[in-house]
Amino acid sequence: MAGHSNYVPQSAAAKWLESRLPVISLVRGSFVDFPTPKNLNYWWTFGGILFFMLISQIITGIVLVMHYTPSTAAAFNSVEHIMRDVNFGWLLRYMHSNGASMFFIAVYIHIFRGLYYGSYKAPREISWILGVIIFLIMMGTAFMGYVLPWGQMSFWGATVITNLFSAIPVVGEAVRTWLWGGFAVDNPTLNRFFSLHYLLPFMIFGVVLLHVWAFHTTGNNNPTGVQPKSNQDTVPFHPYYTIKDLFAIVVFMVLFAYFVFYMPNYMGHPDNYIEANPLVTPAHIVPEWYFLPFYAILRAVPDKLGGVLAMFGAIAVLFILPWLDTSKVRSGVYRPLFKQFFWIFAINAVALGYLGAMPAEGIYVILSRICTVYYFAHFLVILPLLGFLEKPLPIPASISEAVLASGSGKPAGAVAAPQSK
Amino acid sequence: MAHTHSAEPTRRDFLYLATGAMGVVGAGAVAWPFIDQMNPDASALALASIEVDVSAVEVGQSITVKWRGKPVFIRHRTEKEIEEAKAVPLSALPDKFARNSNLPDTAEATDTNRAAEGKEPWLVMVGICTHLGCVPIGDAGDFGGWFCPCHGSHYDTAGRIRLGPAPENLLVPPYAFVEDAKIKIG
Amino acid sequence: MSIMIKTVRALAAAVVLAATAPAFAAGSGPHIERQQWSFSGPFGSFDRAQLQRGFKVYKEVCAACHGLRQVAFRTLAQDGGPSFTEEQAKKIASEYTVTDGPNDSGDMFDRPAILADKFPSPFPNEQAARAANGGAYPPDFSLIAKARAAHRGFPWFVFDAFTQYNEQGPDYIYALLTGYEENAPEGVVIPEGKHYNHAFLAGNAIGMAPPISDEQVEYTDGSPMTLDQYARDVSAFLMWAAEPKLEERKQMGFRVIVFLLVFASLLYFTKQKLWRNVAH
Repeated sequence: MAGHSNYVPQSAAAKWLESRLPVISLVRGSFVDFPTPKNLNYWWTFGGILFFMLISQIITGIVLVMHYTPSTAAAFNSVEHIMRDVNFGWLLRYMHSNGASMFFIAVYIHIFRGLYYGSYKAPREISWILGVIIFLIMMGTAFMGYVLPWGQMSFWGATVITNLFSAIPVVGEAVRTWLWGGFAVDNPTLNRFFSLHYLLPFMIFGVVLLHVWAFHTTGNNNPTGVQPKSNQDTVPFHPYYTIKDLFAIVVFMVLFAYFVFYMPNYMGHPDNYIEANPLVTPAHIVPEWYFLPFYAILRAVPDKLGGVLAMFGAIAVLFILPWLDTSKVRSGVYRPLFKQFFWIFAINAVALGYLGAMPAEGIYVILSRICTVYYFAHFLVILPLLGFLEKPLPIPASISEAVLASGSGKPAGAVAAPQSK
Repeated sequence: MAHTHSAEPTRRDFLYLATGAMGVVGAGAVAWPFIDQMNPDASALALASIEVDVSAVEVGQSITVKWRGKPVFIRHRTEKEIEEAKAVPLSALPDKFARNSNLPDTAEATDTNRAAEGKEPWLVMVGICTHLGCVPIGDAGDFGGWFCPCHGSHYDTAGRIRLGPAPENLLVPPYAFVEDAKIKIG
Repeated sequence: MSIMIKTVRALAAAVVLAATAPAFAAGSGPHIERQQWSFSGPFGSFDRAQLQRGFKVYKEVCAACHGLRQVAFRTLAQDGGPSFTEEQAKKIASEYTVTDGPNDSGDMFDRPAILADKFPSPFPNEQAARAANGGAYPPDFSLIAKARAAHRGFPWFVFDAFTQYNEQGPDYIYALLTGYEENAPEGVVIPEGKHYNHAFLAGNAIGMAPPISDEQVEYTDGSPMTLDQYARDVSAFLMWAAEPKLEERKQMGFRVIVFLLVFASLLYFTKQKLWRNVAH
């Protein structure tokens, strides 16, 4: 991450520290002097927003643990204790539960930004793969966190998801029993999920550092996809992007606060306010909204193992995406055909999410299958072919040229001022 | 930073100052819930009082009850103990204040101020050594009262510190006799 | 800029696409009417008198079978709730009996409840509750107003996010209490011992007999003593029981959002100022 700093220690103390541990120049090189393309639009602020959400989740999580009791007998009541008795407990818990949803909103936008601007393409494959790993750990963390309040959805969500592993041939049953620590989801399961739910965010934090390190080595991508050619093309990260990211974070906090204070249970499920009961399954089992597209893929395949493979495949395909996209052009801005397929893919993903929430019957099953096939086709057929079939638009010689050509000195996506309608 | 090179701080831009101030205020406001959540919660504050029946406690006996998670010593003192405690001049006490929650802070550490009001034989105290929080042992120590084994503090028959590192007399909690042989603590 | 516009267009297209698919709009389950509540919306707050009446209905009618085990008596006197005086709350508590102990001889004993206690449940466990109620389990009411909601379906759930519709729970409780019908419609078979209720989420046959009727609970503040009013009052009370910090939350929310909006505008202008000499 270092190597971009022109920092020369001035004070004696700074010299002393710098010659022993060059932490000042490391931080300055990464987050102060780091040359950043000057044309990043607001979609790029979601990296900073995600970092903010990660920290917010870790801090609220740490304080919630001070009041939470991980045991099947006490978990549900301890959450109510937090909501009713602990000073500001309701605020901390609603921040944490809605924070998870906000985290996923931001991460999906961040992923789709990467997809649109070709941020996964050489030389940023490692950054992309690390990002997919973060996404996977996030999903695991969110899933296990949802089990902790020990409501009906917690219990049955845990039951259904752990049962996925029983689809593995030969060892499946053993793996499931091992995950449970018993013969059903029970106290041992709750305790191990609690332990891992506390551990995984710190692993996310570690992988995030690698993720940042990787794209600081290659340099940020930018809306044109053209590598910066000179100092004309970049600005130092601070203050230009610190202030822009901070602005975006505060705007995002307005959305966050709206849900925490006015709609705190909107993204949750009412059944989770009923204490877990191993004898009664709720009428409709639905995962949290952020898992719905993958849940739809799982249910689209009429075979237990096949469904599980398809679901994991939907994420696995992201790992090889950098090699599936054959186009020489990085940014979607200069790819007229790709652009259209990108939006179809986005709508398809939203549709999968919707279908995941619907009962698995009638028309929904058929639509789920169509959308699932399209999901995979986008990555495995459309993207490889597009590189050969598409005639890209001319690419600007440099970032500065692109900025001048666009003819306005205004920020690329500032506060959706409606210029045309 | 093209335009913040002004040397004099008086010419600082109002906009930057206002934004920075808002940020500081916001950070402070956010910090408070995270700090306050560690204070006693509503259910802990509500569990304030207990009632104890002491009719079975004979002269010369003690019982220990739990109040707010702490031991409370209730001792039915003998005549001899009371006399011993009364004989001690105030000047011989390291801590001259009664430390009685039912009396003003300035009350002196006489035996009358330490014992139950109007019921001289009864002594009610939080059984926590005022040094570092251990529980003293009863009927022990150089003064016939309590002795803390952790760091060697000696308390007399009125629970007053006489020797050792503890700075204060044992605390008398808020309590009252609601019936002849029933004490309400808290 | 064009990306933003395209995003909006794409989202609009997605909404239209989904809305025109006929199967999507058909929600299953009963239709629950929306009611007016004093505590809805960003500035909503509870009606103290209504909560006190609702508590009376709960105590005299529901409490025989339905517990309130998460709710402590002290909260009855808390800000943002029914706001009984501390004396009233103590008196209410003392009318309940809780089991405490062990005492000095090691036995559990019964005593009148105090403010620090929570509402004792009417049955010691689920099995006892089922045995006493013909196999049906009367749920605990502490969280019932957050644990029940009719399925809203597309596109309503999208609008709900903007209109801040949070009152599915009380709407449902009201609908259920007023949803009993003497005779089930043609073709609907109600098993022996069950009752027809068109609002019941889990089918039309509910185990609970119509619990309340006009004139059953004495109101002293002149409010109408009708089933309709009882249902409204007890629904409001149960909303408070499920979300006792609702008022505090909404009030704090307003301050937080105003602060964030001001801070965001200041940051925006700071950012504009910083970037004005950079073409980007």
